[in-house]
Amino acid sequence: MATTSAAPAPSHGRAHSFLGRLRNGDEAAHLITLMFACSVLAIALLLIYELWIHSSLSRRQFGFHFFFTQVWDPIAGQFGALPFIYGTLVTSILALVIAVPLGLGAAIYLAELAPARLSNVLTFLVELLAAVPSVIYGLLAFFSLVPILRNYVEPFLKSTLGFLPIFQGPIYGVGFLAAGLILAIMTFPFIISICREALLEVPREQREAALALGATKWESTWQVVVPYAKLGIMGSVFLGLARALGETMAVTMVIGNDPRIKASLFAPGYTIAAVIANEFTEATGDLYLNSLIELGLVLFLITMIINAGARLLIIATTKKGSARD
Amino acid sequence: MNRTERRKLVSNVMLSLTGMCAFLTVSTLFLILGYLLWNGGRSVDWAFFTQLPKPPGETGGGMANAIVGSGLIVGMAALIGVPIGFLGGIYLSEFGGKTLSFFVRYTADLLNGVPSIVIGIFAWTVVVVPTRTFSAFAAALSLAVMLIPIGLRSTEQFLRSVPTALREGSLALGASKWRTIASVVVPAATKGILTGMILGVARIAGETAPLLFTAMNNQFWSSGFNEPVATLPVMIYTHAISPYEDWHRQAWAAGLVLLGMVLIANILARFILSRGAASQRA
Amino acid sequence: MTNKHLHLLGFAAAGMLMIGTGAYAAVKLQGAGATFPGAIYSKWFDEFQKPKDAPQINYNPIGSGGGIRQLTAGTVDFGASDMPMSDEAIKAVKKYHVLHFPTVLGGVVPTYNVEGVTGDLNFTGPLLADIFSGKVAKWNDPAIAKVNAGVKLPSKDITLVHRSDGSGTTFVFTDYLSSVSPEWKSKIGAGATVNWPGGLGAKGSEGVAGQVQGTPNSISYVELFYAIQNKMPYGAVQNKSGKFLKASLETVTAAAAGAAQAMPEDFRVSIVNAPGANAYPISTFTWLLIPDKFEDAQKKKAVVDFLRWMLVKGQTYASALSYAPLPKEVVAKEEKQIAKIQ
Repeated sequence: MATTSAAPAPSHGRAHSFLGRLRNGDEAAHLITLMFACSVLAIALLLIYELWIHSSLSRRQFGFHFFFTQVWDPIAGQFGALPFIYGTLVTSILALVIAVPLGLGAAIYLAELAPARLSNVLTFLVELLAAVPSVIYGLLAFFSLVPILRNYVEPFLKSTLGFLPIFQGPIYGVGFLAAGLILAIMTFPFIISICREALLEVPREQREAALALGATKWESTWQVVVPYAKLGIMGSVFLGLARALGETMAVTMVIGNDPRIKASLFAPGYTIAAVIANEFTEATGDLYLNSLIELGLVLFLITMIINAGARLLIIATTKKGSARD
Repeated sequence: MNRTERRKLVSNVMLSLTGMCAFLTVSTLFLILGYLLWNGGRSVDWAFFTQLPKPPGETGGGMANAIVGSGLIVGMAALIGVPIGFLGGIYLSEFGGKTLSFFVRYTADLLNGVPSIVIGIFAWTVVVVPTRTFSAFAAALSLAVMLIPIGLRSTEQFLRSVPTALREGSLALGASKWRTIASVVVPAATKGILTGMILGVARIAGETAPLLFTAMNNQFWSSGFNEPVATLPVMIYTHAISPYEDWHRQAWAAGLVLLGMVLIANILARFILSRGAASQRA
Repeated sequence: MTNKHLHLLGFAAAGMLMIGTGAYAAVKLQGAGATFPGAIYSKWFDEFQKPKDAPQINYNPIGSGGGIRQLTAGTVDFGASDMPMSDEAIKAVKKYHVLHFPTVLGGVVPTYNVEGVTGDLNFTGPLLADIFSGKVAKWNDPAIAKVNAGVKLPSKDITLVHRSDGSGTTFVFTDYLSSVSPEWKSKIGAGATVNWPGGLGAKGSEGVAGQVQGTPNSISYVELFYAIQNKMPYGAVQNKSGKFLKASLETVTAAAAGAAQAMPEDFRVSIVNAPGANAYPISTFTWLLIPDKFEDAQKKKAVVDFLRWMLVKGQTYASALSYAPLPKEVVAKEEKQIAKIQ
């Protein structure tokens, strides 16, 4: 963007000609910052384009069957996404099933019960958890969580709840349960911090009205405050889900890397992110590589939709909050 | 017991359960830190910071190249990503029209939510394939793409929080818009913007997935941006899944160093922010 | 921006430019491929770059499949694989012809972690095929007990561990299973990645060894070095003559003895199930995949120097790491092949 090669314009017409405004600096600043802002759009468009182009072979070859095929056989050239979609969904949903009740409970405590200073300190610590890199979670899960699961937790579950199909089958330590657990731990901070903020947004009058009507503190919280913050809480769930779906390293280290669909949580599985991480540099043959990139495209689309949903919910919460006041 | 007493009991039980939830989740952090400190603390030694990795089966050695490599890549990513995020954020806050701003914000949030492994694929197609080599530059680009949305949104957020009165005052004194931004608005929001950038950089420093097929790995020092580079997160990964005891030890040490740096950055950032907020109130 | 800021930026840019253009004199080569010989290659490249200004060779063990892929894509200077490239694969590398240089010999061993078993277990070929296809599912199965008289086997399920990445070791192992079990050959076949009927996947030879180490009652296949490093028991396999042999320098070298005489010109040969009373049945050469044309004269010199070093000095490091050095006849033939590199 040339701003220097303008011939000097008449001084009283300065502010009106384009070059004049350019030299003024405002227009230049506007254009420069505009360019950088638009680069974000350019990057996103390029990303989608590249994913689309580099998965063209497999898209043409398999079409929609890709999503319903269970087989992942590089020798035969048969690639199907179903085991990975299954694994991704199972581990993420398991993570949420554990993280949402615990996270919401913790958020309730931090927002409603804890004295302000304690709440701030604890929230700060929880937010630090969010900063821990994924590979560190993987490291810990691999060396400490997996042996605990294999030696204590999974045999216990098998002996007590073994009639349920999700707790049957051989025990390896690694598998869906391990991946779901570590994902749950990674999702806590997001759920807690967003739910806490959603709960804090609820106006005091709501709580006081409930208490004035004779409700216990719990009833006031559970039957009045939480429903009021419903949208924000749902938003946190969506956000947590989106995060869990894309997690790579921690999951790769503990899921067992077996592209199979099994009912049992003890069984090894595979997620989209994990298979890309493991097989990308070794994919021999263009069809193989294209299939992996197509998986990446699928993951991208899923997380995009869920993130959009989360944003809408959070926007709706803030709108609702301001409307009610 | 009558109904009221039962309701009170339920209330107390449920509320103490929530307290347990809170302490359970917080104690996870302490468990993580403690375990890492215990295992990593025993393994970190001077050699870790100064020596290159030894071939498998030999004990000793360190991850000096990985520490430098991580620093190099993160530094490069910051050099690319911080200006773009910063200037883009200025646009959104100071100049933005309605539709374009909406799309830019939406896209930034979209990019923020993209799994890092997909961004790794992107960097692979855009840099590694045309240049026909794995490189630090490809890795830095992938990390920069992750940093930009974070920097953008936090810059916008903190610029917006600067009171309009400040802007109006500056304009009333005859300063042009860009002068106002540069000399009044941005300095007022510096602490917040800095915090956002530090947090963003801390976040990308820990990312592993995009590095797997952009920077790969290197047993030696790399001398340029155009070749594979050793990085801490990838080293942790490869060493953790190996069967060598010594490599496990090194993985713990590396984990401790990485986590230490990330946590210090986070604490520092929040400290800056709280100081900034306090001085603004005063 | 103030002057001070500009100056700082200038310095930073200059510094980066210097680093970027590589202010070092040493030539750098990038290679990627098999994890099977990972230990010896690591040692070799470490030793080779010790003298001043010696070429620095960065080797990324990402699996044989990965090595071939990256070589074909042109992102590395050379590749490494435990399985010879097929004719189609060689044709797919358009820029040059790929030369195969055997480096060492190794053995693929069945390594296991069975409760209560500290000694060696015996396996026949068909038994291994049955175990890895899931037909034999428990450790105390009669088929295993039959060849292991006197060993107390637990009545636990067998956990299979295989390679999750494209692996030459997998190729050698499945090649062997295909040669001893027609059922395996038709149902699953041989390759760098196969459609395993279950079990855990782990990345790289290290990953597999690590997984077996950490998983009770598991079994996998891995190069001899990793089993020894892992201090894990590994079994004896019955060879063509009916003897149960453990992989070792002698038995692996014996397997190559027959092949040395009949070595084809391009060095692509499989020595699985080799004849010979003392031959270990799951032995293999491992190859460096070298282009026959280098645009960069310095890189070419570095490669040629390394190959010459590898064939003489490099071979002396092999036995300490439990790899068998190349037979003399093979070394002589390879030195002739070096002349083909332009």
